[in-house]
Amino acid sequence: MTAPPLLEVRDLRVAFPGERGDGSAHPVDGVSFRIAAGETLALVGESGSGKSLTALALLRLIPPPGRIEPESRILLDGQDLMTLPEEGLRAVRGQRIGIVFQDPMSSLNPVYTAGAQVREAVTAHRTLSAKDAKERAIALLAEAGIPDPAVRYDSYPHELSGGLRQRVLIAIALAGGPDLLIADEPTTALDVTVQAQILELLDRLRESHDMAVLLITHDLGVVAGRADRVAVMYAGQIVEEAETRRLFRSPGHPYTRALFRAIPKLETAERLVPIPGNVPVPGRWPDGCRFHPRCPEVLARCPRDVPPVAEAGPDHRSRCWLVADRGAG
Amino acid sequence: MTAPLVEVRDLVVRFESGGMLRGPKRVVHAVNGVSFEVFAGETLGLVGESGSGKSTIGRTILKLEQPTAGSVRFAGTDVLALEGRELRALRRRMQIVFQDPYGSLNPRMRIGDSVAEGLEIHQLVPTREIPARVAALLGEVGLDPSYARRYPHEFSGGQRQRIGIARALAVDPGFIVCDEPVSSLDVSIQAQVLNLLADLQRARGLAYLFIAHDLAVVRQLAHRIAVLYFGRIVELADATTIVSAPRHPYTRALLSAVPVADPDRQHARIRAPGEPPKPTAPPPGCPYFSRCDHPEKSPRCTSELPLLRPINGSQAACHYA
Repeated sequence: MTAPPLLEVRDLRVAFPGERGDGSAHPVDGVSFRIAAGETLALVGESGSGKSLTALALLRLIPPPGRIEPESRILLDGQDLMTLPEEGLRAVRGQRIGIVFQDPMSSLNPVYTAGAQVREAVTAHRTLSAKDAKERAIALLAEAGIPDPAVRYDSYPHELSGGLRQRVLIAIALAGGPDLLIADEPTTALDVTVQAQILELLDRLRESHDMAVLLITHDLGVVAGRADRVAVMYAGQIVEEAETRRLFRSPGHPYTRALFRAIPKLETAERLVPIPGNVPVPGRWPDGCRFHPRCPEVLARCPRDVPPVAEAGPDHRSRCWLVADRGAG
Repeated sequence: MTAPLVEVRDLVVRFESGGMLRGPKRVVHAVNGVSFEVFAGETLGLVGESGSGKSTIGRTILKLEQPTAGSVRFAGTDVLALEGRELRALRRRMQIVFQDPYGSLNPRMRIGDSVAEGLEIHQLVPTREIPARVAALLGEVGLDPSYARRYPHEFSGGQRQRIGIARALAVDPGFIVCDEPVSSLDVSIQAQVLNLLADLQRARGLAYLFIAHDLAVVRQLAHRIAVLYFGRIVELADATTIVSAPRHPYTRALLSAVPVADPDRQHARIRAPGEPPKPTAPPPGCPYFSRCDHPEKSPRCTSELPLLRPINGSQAACHYA
C-alpha cells in the first residue's frame, strides 16, 4: 500500500466482564484493518460477530461496563484515538467521522424537528448565524435526497417514513464534512425498494464528498455492488479480507464459501446448503479455529490450534489452516 | 381440477387509527380486495413490502382478525362464520408460524409444555402418551428430544423457530401460514429453517401460505407467488415466471432491488423511486402510479383501477402489462 491509510485499526479488542465475574469475554478480539481515503470497506458478519461493536469502538463509544483493551490502536491519519482526551474525541465524532445507524427512529430525537436536529449538527463544530445554519441544514437535507427539504425541515421524525428518517440521519452525519462515514446496517430496517435508493445515495455521496465509507452489514448482496474491499467477521475476528471481486470469485475461507451456498438466490430454487450448528454466543468462542465446530472442511488440528492469518493471494488474507498450509507447501 | 384447500375471495380489511389524543380518526386501508387459492401440498408465496397488507391477510385467514368484507373458505367451510367450538376445531387444521420466535413462546413454560399445548387443548392423544409425542415432534424439527425440559431463553433464534414449527405441527394441520418465518434469522440459519419447511411439506403433504418481504427467500419454497402492493395483488404467477418474466412494473422494480451477491451482475438502476402511498390516503386509480416507470403509463392509470387479468399464463393488474 503506497498512500498512508486514512484509518488504521490494529489489534482492536473490546472486553465485557464475564457473566459470573470470572474474567472477561472479548466480543471483538483482535481486529485489524485499514481504510484508504475515498475507499469503501465492507465489514460483513452475522449477529454476534462483533461488527457493530467494532464500529462503536472506532468512536470510543463502547457502553460501560464494556471497555477497549488499552493495547488496541485506532489511528486516524496517524493520530491515535485511544490516547485522545474526551474533548478531542468530540471533534473527531461528527467532524472527521460521521455515523449512521440501522434504526433511524431510535437515533432521532422524537421531540425535535428533523431540521432542528440537522441544524444542531451543523452548528456543533462551527459558528454560523441562525439564518445560515438553517440554510445549510436545508441544503444537507436536499443532498440526502429529501424531496421538499424546506418543508421537511419542519417535520417531526414520526411524520416521516423510515426511508426519509434514514435520509435525515445521513444529512446529520454529513454536517461536519467527515472524511469517513460509518454506516452500520443502514438499510436493514427498510423495504428493499427503499434500501436500493439509500445504497445509491451513499455511493453518490461518497464520490461527491470524497469520503471513505465503512459499510457494516450482514448481507453479502448489499456488499457486492458497492465495496472496494470486504472483510468477513466471525466470532469477534476478521476471518477473511480481500478486494471485493476477488472475495466473491475465489473465497479462501470455508466460512465465506459456506455463506455463499446458504444465501437464497432469485434465479434458482435449488436446495440451499445451510451451515450446520449455531452462531456462537459472543465471547464464548470455541478453541482453536472458532469456526471449526461448523466447518465442512475441518482438519484434525483445527479444534486445537489457532490458525494464523495467511496470505490467500494478492492483498487477500484468510485466517484458516487450509490456506496457511497451502502457502507453506 | 381439484378443489382448493384455502379459498380467499375479495378480502377487504380496514381499521381505524388515531382518534382522541392521537390526532384525527383515519381509516387505514390495509387490504383492498384480495382473492387467491392455496391447494393441498402447495406453497403460495405472498411477497410485499411493509404496509402491503401481507401479514393482515395471513391473520385474517385464521380469523385472528375480522375482515371488513370478503370470504375465506377452508376445505369448503366458511371460516369467518365459525365461532367457539367449531372455530377451535378448524384451528386444528390451520396453524401459523410467526416471525419472532421470542415473542411467540411463553418464557416461563418449558418448551415441551409449549409443544404439548395443542395436543392437550384438542385432546389428540391420551395424557400418558404426550411426552412420547412431544419427543417425536422435537425430533422431527431437528431438535434433541431431551430439550423438552428446557426454557425458551436457553435456545438460539433458529432453535426457537424450530420449536415454533413443532408447536404448529403438534395438532397435525393441513395448512400453515408462515409469516416471515426466517426474516429475523442469520443467513446461515435461514437456510436450515427453509430446508426444514420444505422437508416437512414433502413428508406431511402440508400446504403453506409463505409470507415474506424477501423475494429471494420466497422463491426458495413457493410454487406460485403473489406480489402485493398497497393491499392488492398486482401480479400472480408460478414462481419461475414471476422471476424470469415479470409483467407488472412493480414486480420488475422489486426484482431489480433485490441485492445480488455477485459483483459482475449488478443492476444499479432504481426502478421504484419514492415510497408507497399512505394507507390512510389511497390514491385514485392505480396505487403504483406515482412510482411507476412504465413507458406507456397514462391518465387512464389514475382514473381507472387496473384489475388482475390473465396475460400469457400470468395474472397482472396493469393496463399496460
